[in-house]
Amino acid sequence: MSVPAPVLNAILGIFALLIVATGIVWLIDRKRAAPEPSELTQRVRSWWAMIAIFTFAIVIDRAISTIFLGIISYLALKEYFSLIPTRRIDRLVLLFAYLAVPIQFYWAHIGWYDMFVVFIPVWMFLFLPMVMVLQGQTDGFLRAIGTMTWGLMMTVFTLSHTAMMLAEGNTSNGVAGGAGLLLFLVFLTQFNDVAQFTWGKLTGRHPIIPKVSPKKTWEGFLGGAVTTACLAALVGPYLTIMPWHWSAAAGAMIAVAGFIGDVTMSALKRDLKVKDSGGLIPGHGGILDRVDSLTYAAPVFLHFFYFFFVGGRV
Amino acid sequence: MIRLLRLGFFAVIVRPVLLLVLGVNIRNRERLPVNGPAIIVANHNSHLDTLALMSMLPLADLPKLTPVAAVDYFGQGPFGWFAKHIIGILPIDRSGNTPRERLLDGAIAALDAGKILILFPEGTRGEPERLATYKKGVAHLACARPTVPVTPVFMHGLGKALPRGTYLLVPFTCDVFVGESWTYNGAVDPFMAELEARMAALASRGQFPAWE
Repeated sequence: MSVPAPVLNAILGIFALLIVATGIVWLIDRKRAAPEPSELTQRVRSWWAMIAIFTFAIVIDRAISTIFLGIISYLALKEYFSLIPTRRIDRLVLLFAYLAVPIQFYWAHIGWYDMFVVFIPVWMFLFLPMVMVLQGQTDGFLRAIGTMTWGLMMTVFTLSHTAMMLAEGNTSNGVAGGAGLLLFLVFLTQFNDVAQFTWGKLTGRHPIIPKVSPKKTWEGFLGGAVTTACLAALVGPYLTIMPWHWSAAAGAMIAVAGFIGDVTMSALKRDLKVKDSGGLIPGHGGILDRVDSLTYAAPVFLHFFYFFFVGGRV
Repeated sequence: MIRLLRLGFFAVIVRPVLLLVLGVNIRNRERLPVNGPAIIVANHNSHLDTLALMSMLPLADLPKLTPVAAVDYFGQGPFGWFAKHIIGILPIDRSGNTPRERLLDGAIAALDAGKILILFPEGTRGEPERLATYKKGVAHLACARPTVPVTPVFMHGLGKALPRGTYLLVPFTCDVFVGESWTYNGAVDPFMAELEARMAALASRGQFPAWE
């Protein structure tokens, strides 16, 4: 176990932030008369659990971190497959789709970028319809393969970028390593969710995409994005090899990508006529509700970093 | 020894596997009976139903949990031994060799011993995720012990994960709705009507994607 000092300090900072948030929510909630905990309290409680588990997972050992990220990805895929209409004949194809999770995260773990980046978009993309066709049921074929492939991309391919970041960062991210890169991404993505929510609650007026997500506003989106970019400029030079202005740009990209991931998953839920994707995390909903922003932010940030910093363009 | 084996099987294998491979979303878990005697009735889609239901109650309650199943299905071999001692089923003889009025003796005795019986009144797993008509055995059992509370449970998703006729387990999240318990209301047919109404009400609380 060797945790880079910047990562350890950043984690301590996150816990400090969490303590402050817990205090604020406690103050807000004190005025309420209801005996049961409010949704906000539940949410903060779940944050404690999630951050504790996440800390444990990234501090111990990289193999454990990768397995942990793989399990998150698997749970997201399972939630997705349980939400969408499926055909009974496709049980075998679904099983193969699940098998893609450990394989994809294995490529990430050994740091084989070239295989990592083609395995799902090329090999699984060609393989799954083949298996499906061999079963011989053409009724609903397009819908089945379309929904399945999109789900596999959204929950496994995109989220596996977090694991790739761990491997990649160890060779190209200086002292803070892969853990620093991953922490930068995950912390800013989740912080951005909270910042956009808070800005929206306090100042939100003009709906940004009312047909998909009626509560999202321009004020929330922009306020959150600026706050996230500022925070990124502060922590980026500490957790990554990026100087402050590149960190701010990365932070802004994470904020925008996170927003798009969020509303994309909202569109899916709206189409399927469900409110939450599941009930795994009290106050938050399902696992897809929590990682929705990450599905966009993780690949966007990794390829941004890869292009400019690993590719040596900066 | 066998009790320990049973506890270990549920604690080490059944619960972790169900948690990771399936994941169960329970609504109103607090309505499940904690003390026997009690009857839980549920719809039947999969072999996993019994295990899933048994995992929803605290591990400490395991000795009390008694799923009722047909004796002929599990047979006399190692499978039958396993079902009887490790799963802890109470066998019901469907063959017709046992006179009708004696069929429920075992179940009644179990209730008198303070057990929590798990019944699948559909009788068979049938078509996955489709409700079959309920058999009246549960009403006769409730009639024999009219003070015992009956708790309806509706489950969805396990029939997708492991339907009849396959050993290929595919992960799906399962939804479970626990209803409020009630007691025997004086006659068999009204009891069955009540059961059907309650199960239908529970089923309508969920929104399930198509599965065809």
